[in-house]
Amino acid sequence: MKIRFAVGDAVRVRRAFPPGHVRTPYFIRGRSGVVDEIAGAYHNPEELAYGRYDCATLPLYRVRFSQADLWSDYDGPVGDTAIVDIYEHWLEPAEGGHQ
Amino acid sequence: MSGPRRVHDMGGLAAGPVDRLDHAHEPWEKRVDAIRMLCGKRNLLRTDEMRRNIEDLGPGVYDALSYYERWCASITNVLLQKNVITVDELGRKMAEVEQRWTEARKP
Repeated sequence: MKIRFAVGDAVRVRRAFPPGHVRTPYFIRGRSGVVDEIAGAYHNPEELAYGRYDCATLPLYRVRFSQADLWSDYDGPVGDTAIVDIYEHWLEPAEGGHQ
Repeated sequence: MSGPRRVHDMGGLAAGPVDRLDHAHEPWEKRVDAIRMLCGKRNLLRTDEMRRNIEDLGPGVYDALSYYERWCASITNVLLQKNVITVDELGRKMAEVEQRWTEARKP
């Protein structure tokens, strides 16, 4: 399986709003972060959710976001981050990345 | 951001305090869990299908149901969609159980 991104790559979450079952949370769509870890390859939950148990596997990444980037009113420490599991098809390269 | 936000996808929204008290499960809740496991073993139900059918309950119903009530509604919908049970069978069985319950509670 081809893995598109490496640990440390800057990535942006696609700003998309399809209907149906989606595991990419709303609050990070369109936001940029950095690949923290490659979690492995898993079946796509968007297809499993409709009974396609034999769908292809996809790389799953743990992407780190700055809390201050996510919430305009964030009042916690500056270095706070949030890590979100995101499947590869939801990610595209962001500025500053080495894609 | 723009675009429709679905009712379950509430990360970052105000949701009030979290109830951290532990509580025992009711017998019917354990049964729902057992049915879920059996459906999984028979390759009829995956976690993602459970979630999809819970999300598809829609606003209102999603908010009104408790955790295991959502599970029960979701499993029911999956079994209907996969032709494991029919609406008629389910309706008749529910009426039968209700009748049994009413009889059992008569003084």
